[in-house]
Amino acid sequence: MGQDRLALAVLVAPAIAFLAAFFLFPLVLMLRTGATGPQGWSTYAIILSNERYLGSLWKTVVLAASVTAATLVISGIAGVFLARTRFRGRRLLTAFLTLPLAFPGVVVGFMVILLAGRQGVIGELTHAVTGDRLVFAYSLAGLFVGYLYFSIPRTVLTVMAAAEKLDPALEEAARSLGASPWVVVRDVIIPGLKGAFLAAGAICFATAMGAFGTAFTLATQIDVLPMVIYAEFTVGANIAVAAALSFLLGAITWAVLAAARTAAGGTVAAAG
Amino acid sequence: MSVAVELRACAFTHADGTRALLPTDLAIRPGETLAVLGPSGCGKTTLLRLIAGLAFPDPPGRVLFESRDVTSLPIERRNVGMVFQSYALFPNLDVAGNVGYGLRLRNVPKAERDARVARWLAMMRIPELAHRRVDQLSGGQRQRVALARALAVEPAVLLLDEPLTALDAKLREELRVELAGLLRDLGITSVFVTHDQAEAMALGDRVAVMRAGKVEQLGAPEDIYRRPATRFVAEFVGVLNVLAGEVRDGTLHLPGGSLPANGLAPGPALAGARPEQLRFDPEGTLTGRVRAAFFLGDRVRVVIEGAAANPITVETTGAAPRPGEVVRLSAAPPAPWPLPDA
Repeated sequence: MGQDRLALAVLVAPAIAFLAAFFLFPLVLMLRTGATGPQGWSTYAIILSNERYLGSLWKTVVLAASVTAATLVISGIAGVFLARTRFRGRRLLTAFLTLPLAFPGVVVGFMVILLAGRQGVIGELTHAVTGDRLVFAYSLAGLFVGYLYFSIPRTVLTVMAAAEKLDPALEEAARSLGASPWVVVRDVIIPGLKGAFLAAGAICFATAMGAFGTAFTLATQIDVLPMVIYAEFTVGANIAVAAALSFLLGAITWAVLAAARTAAGGTVAAAG
Repeated sequence: MSVAVELRACAFTHADGTRALLPTDLAIRPGETLAVLGPSGCGKTTLLRLIAGLAFPDPPGRVLFESRDVTSLPIERRNVGMVFQSYALFPNLDVAGNVGYGLRLRNVPKAERDARVARWLAMMRIPELAHRRVDQLSGGQRQRVALARALAVEPAVLLLDEPLTALDAKLREELRVELAGLLRDLGITSVFVTHDQAEAMALGDRVAVMRAGKVEQLGAPEDIYRRPATRFVAEFVGVLNVLAGEVRDGTLHLPGGSLPANGLAPGPALAGARPEQLRFDPEGTLTGRVRAAFFLGDRVRVVIEGAAANPITVETTGAAPRPGEVVRLSAAPPAPWPLPDA
C-alpha cells in the first residue's frame, strides 16, 4: 500500500511540476503583479470601484451572456433539426457550419466590417432603400454578431451529438400522455440536452469573455475587458492594473465555468 | 356489436416509397386484448403506430375510436396509453413524477394526482418506489412504471410495443402472467405487438398474425394454432411437421410408412401435424429413426428422420426413445390436417 502510494507520487510528480510551472506559477505571478502598483493590494479594490473598469467588466459579462443565450437558442434549434432530419446535402451543410472555426478572430472581425461596416453590404443596402446607412460593425452589436459567428459552430456540433443520443421514444411517450410539441420541447428535449447546453454554453461564455482578435479589429467604440487590459498594458504601461483586471477576468470566467460544471455534474448524475 | 378501435383500409407507405402496410381492415372489440404477431419488418409496429397516431394512414384509410373518426388527430389528442419496448421513462423525473406526468398535463389537482399515482403504484405492487429515480430501477420495475404511467391517464386503448422483450426469460414469464391478469381485471381494450408466438398465444384474446405488411389470419389463439389459414401462419405459430405424401385408399403414404388420411383428398397431399398430435405407438404405421432428443423438463422433444421428407418433431411426456432408435408413430386426430398451400 505504502509502496503503491510512493509509486503513484513519483508518477504524478512530472504532471504536478508542469502544472506548477506553467499554470499555478504564472497565476500567482499575475496576482502579485496586480499588487505592484502605487496602491499595492488595494489596486484590486480600486478597479472594482472604478466606473470605467466596472462598466467595461459589466459590458463584457452582458455581452458574453447574451451571445451565449442567443447561441444556445439558435444552435439548439439547428442542432436538433440537423440531428433529426435527413435530407440531401445534410452532411455538406453540417461540414459547412463548422467553417467559422477555421477563422481567427481578426478575420471574423474583418467579415463583420465587410457586412456592417461603413462600406459594408448592409450599409449599402439600407442607403439604397432608406437613404440612411446602417452601420453597426464598430459597436457592441457588431461584436455580438462576430461572436455569434464563431460561437454557433461549436455549440451546434455539441448539441447535434447530444440530440442524436436522445431516445425518440421519450418524445413519443410524452406525446402519448398528452404533451403538445411545445410541452415536449420543455419537458423532454431541453432536459435531455441540458448537459450539452451547459457544457457548450460554458465554452461559449468563456470564449466571448476573453475574445480579443475580433474586438481589436472592430476597435473604435468598444471597451470590452480584454481591450481595456490591452490598452492599460501597452498604451498606459499600467502593468499592475492590467494584471489585476486580467486576474478579475479570469476569476469571473472561471467561476461561471465552475458553476456550469457543478450543474452539469448534477445532471450527469441524475441521468445515470 | 360495438367496436373500440377500427381500421378501415389503412395502408402505410414510407417516404422512400416502401410499403410497410397493405390496406388493412381491423376491428378491435371493447375490452379485448389483441396480440399482433409477426416477424420483424412485417408491419406490426406500423399498425400499432397508426392506431396510436404516431403515423397516419395513406388516404383513404381511416382510424376510428368507438365510431369516432380520429384519423387526423395526432397521438397527443387520441387519449391512448403506450408502453414502449425501451419503456421510455423520463430520466429527469422520479417514479411518481413519471406516473403522474399525464395527469399533470391534464391539470388534475395535485392532491388527486398524488392519490391516483399512489393507487396505480399500489396496483403494480411498487408503492415503495414512488420517489426512486428511474435509473435505480430494475427492468421489471421499469416495465411496471411504464405500464402504470400509460394506465394512469385512463386511456381509450392501451398500446404495447414488445413490452416484455427487454426482460430476461424468467422475469418475462412472470410478467406475462401478471400482465394477462391485469389486462383482464381492468377490462381495458389493448393491442400489443410481439414477435414471440408464445407471448401472443398467452396474452391475446385474439391474435393477428402478420407477414409482409398484411394480416394473414385473425382469430382466437386456438384457431390460429389448430386451424392456420396459411402455410406461413402454420409455420410461424408453434412447431409444424410438414407431411408431404400421397393419399390412396384413405391412407396418407409417406416415405416412412403411412397415416390414416383423416379426410384428406386423394392424390398428392400436403398435410400438417403439431408435435403433440403425433405419438409413439408400438402399433403405429409410420416408422423413423430418432436423430436427437431434447429434455425440456415437463416433456421431451424428439426429432425423427426418415418418417417424412423432412425431419419431424414429436413431443412426449412419457419415456423418450434414444437417438438412433427406430420408432413407430401414430397420429391423433385432427392430425394429419390439410396444410394450406400458400
